[in-house]
Amino acid sequence: MKDDQNGKSPIVEMIGITKQFPGVLANDNVDLELFPGEVLALLGENGAGKSTLMNILAGLYRADKGKILIKGEEAEIDSPKDAMKYGIGMVHQNFKLVPTMSVAENVVLGLDSENFVLDLQKVSSRIKEISHHYNLKVDPNSIIWQMSVGEQQRVEILKLIYRGAEVLILDEPTAVLTPQESGELNRIVKQMTGEGKSAIFITHKMDEVMEFSDWVRVLQKGKLVSVVKTEDTSPKELSRMMVGRDVLFRVEKKKATPGEVILELENVKAMNDKGLEALKGISFSLRRGEILGIAGVAGNGQRELTEVITGLHKVTEGRIIIDGKDMTNKSPLDLIKSGVSHIPSDRVAMGIVGDMSVANNLAMKEYRKAPLTQHGILNPGRILEMAKKMISSFMISTPAPYTSVKFLSGGNIQKTILAREIGACSTLLIAAYPARGLDVGATESVRKEMIAERDGGKGVLLVSEDLDELMSVSDRIAVMNEGRIMGIVDSAEADIESLGLMMAGVPMEEGK
Amino acid sequence: MIALLASILAITLRAGTSLIYATIGEIYTERSGILNLGLEGMMLMGAVSAFATVYYTGSLLLALLVAMLTGIILSSIHAFLSITMRANQVVSGLSITLFGTGFASFLGQRLGPESNGHYLIGLIGNKFTPVKIPFLSDLPVLGALFNQDILTYIVYLIIPAAWFFMYKTRAGLNLRAVGESPQTADAMGINVFKVRYIYTILGGTLVALGGAHLSLSYAPGWTDNITGGRGWIVIALVIFSMWNPSRAIWGALLFGGINAIQFRLQATGTTISAPLLNMLPYIVTIVVLVLMTWVETMNKKVGAPAALAVPYMRGEK
Ligand SMILES: Nc1ncnc2c1ncn2[C@@H]1O[C@H](COP(=O)(O)OP(=O)(O)OP(=O)(O)O)[C@@H](O)[C@H]1O
Ligand SMILES: [Mg+2]
Repeated sequence: MKDDQNGKSPIVEMIGITKQFPGVLANDNVDLELFPGEVLALLGENGAGKSTLMNILAGLYRADKGKILIKGEEAEIDSPKDAMKYGIGMVHQNFKLVPTMSVAENVVLGLDSENFVLDLQKVSSRIKEISHHYNLKVDPNSIIWQMSVGEQQRVEILKLIYRGAEVLILDEPTAVLTPQESGELNRIVKQMTGEGKSAIFITHKMDEVMEFSDWVRVLQKGKLVSVVKTEDTSPKELSRMMVGRDVLFRVEKKKATPGEVILELENVKAMNDKGLEALKGISFSLRRGEILGIAGVAGNGQRELTEVITGLHKVTEGRIIIDGKDMTNKSPLDLIKSGVSHIPSDRVAMGIVGDMSVANNLAMKEYRKAPLTQHGILNPGRILEMAKKMISSFMISTPAPYTSVKFLSGGNIQKTILAREIGACSTLLIAAYPARGLDVGATESVRKEMIAERDGGKGVLLVSEDLDELMSVSDRIAVMNEGRIMGIVDSAEADIESLGLMMAGVPMEEGK
Repeated sequence: MIALLASILAITLRAGTSLIYATIGEIYTERSGILNLGLEGMMLMGAVSAFATVYYTGSLLLALLVAMLTGIILSSIHAFLSITMRANQVVSGLSITLFGTGFASFLGQRLGPESNGHYLIGLIGNKFTPVKIPFLSDLPVLGALFNQDILTYIVYLIIPAAWFFMYKTRAGLNLRAVGESPQTADAMGINVFKVRYIYTILGGTLVALGGAHLSLSYAPGWTDNITGGRGWIVIALVIFSMWNPSRAIWGALLFGGINAIQFRLQATGTTISAPLLNMLPYIVTIVVLVLMTWVETMNKKVGAPAALAVPYMRGEK
């Protein structure tokens, strides 16, 4: 057994893990060590094999080769149940929660140790104890589908604590969180490691790695390429290890040359799914050759905003004018035909058809037109040809164009959507969190891509929570709070503080 | 008037019993994420096997056991095709209905005694008869509740038990999770395949019992198509009850009740044509179902298990 400098012995050791999927070697002889009370960050490009490695540790996949030692002893982990026996629990990239059930029900799901006749009262009070101990705000009686992603993630963590997990695996936990929620998560994990628990987390955000972790392991195309102590490295060095080249964290761009107005909203109002007013009179205009950023904490109407513009959501009042035409409450097809592209925030539910091939997912917008369709008949050869081009230009890592898109890694699913939407865009690109889940290299190229769209004379609406991203990519920034626009500023003149104030609900005039 | 009400209630319960067995069975199956459209065939097979058994042995208990065994065999086939082979569940279920309908009718022409030309049709066998519960059965109107056969009394117990099991026990929670999100259930250590097999077969057993009630009690004997499409009505009733066993009773009683009223109307010699009257229960069920579903959709309460009819494979995202 190996010891680190502090004389601690590892709680988890993975030795020579190899996993082959049809057409990809997802893990190639990978080693991993995790010490009690420490946090290990697992880095790597999209498709490098991080989720696969963790799914093996959590018992969801079986390794073809290699062994796992827990506290120095060889462990047979064949199912998530086995993993839990060894105190290993995982929060997956796509949450594993039953949406129609309550928090308490989700927490005890599959637990044999509960009484046969469930005592949900007792479960609830235990949940409250844990929430209190870790200051994790969760109501045991809430139904999952009514909760925000951040709350759902807290339920996932609570579930693991309830089951007595000693080792927490967090797969891109902060990808879907607001900065505040990420800070909160950070605090909880620190408290847990303080109590002797340990954690492995996967992320693409370098500042989190630096702040959060004790050790870093980097995977590249399934192979382990480096192991470093966090204090001995820097974000720059880490991204070079991942991508093999230097990465620009701030993209360069020319000054915008805005043309005529391409999108105009006049006092737009809309309800959300729960029947509450989500947009309370939004007005702004966007010109060709311009990127307008929408800043704000998620859940302040951004989703409804992108959906009314793309025809997925009804407007109750006001007008939406695209390229001089009134497009209020037009169908999504009408909007697609007028060249509007949409990168949705919920990529699995709205961006792809999981069971269809990568090629067909890529063709899903262009298939109506020649050359993909002629006289109403699809031409599979042309679709394949186009798909191959898009796969190589967006560097989508897939075993083949006809692989089902659901088998791709999280980041590569996102790239598939980006390739299709950017490819089909001719007037307006509505992008919600386009860099979510992308590795540093891919993030850089998406940002460049959006700027290229702008320079190509299209209007781009960029919804993001990342203020750095907004300030470097967009030309102007509008801040949303509770369904209203608090102010619009030139990004050259914007500063984090005044944006933060507006995000908190202080309108621009008062803020200044 | 009281006598009329009592008799309507009595017939309603008798007509509703087989529907409740089948509805609860199918609710359990669908809750695990498996759609079984083989109900009609399974009810017919349950009915014919139960009647043949009781005709030759005279044992009602044995007849029930044989019917249950028939249900187990047919639903195992459906389970194997749709869970292990991941076949299309609609196709598999419809094949079972086609097979069951044809085979039950075939058996009805072969299993009978030589004296009856090997036909089962027209024979008389042992049957379940109403058992009066002292005192309770003397109550006005409601007394009809306590003057029923044993299979109906069992229904009184099955409904609350099925509800309690589904909503209050660990196994019920696991069952609901498997139908809503097999990926989640799997990650939480629940054996999705096992759960689906268990409840598909349990459901099939109850469905066949529903069929047996028809040939042993409701319309004792065997005739072709003795179910009169009840298997299809049950599919509708499952939706009507929003996959909740405690609500199964209302749909079954609605259908049974209209049946009863129609009988009464025919008995009083109405001028409405018989075929129209016979259609009544079906039409009303469909109309009510449409209305109900519409109302529930407005309230955003559509309760179909999210993974209904979707095969599951480990390692999918
Ligand atoms: N169930 C599966 N079937 C087939 N191939 C798979 C499956 N799961 C993953 N892969 C492939 O294995 C490779 C590694 O995927 P994995 O999900 O581990 O990547 P990742 O490092 O987590 O990437 P990301 O940062 O994008 O989430 C990818 O090429 C992916 O397409
Ligand atoms: Mg991943």
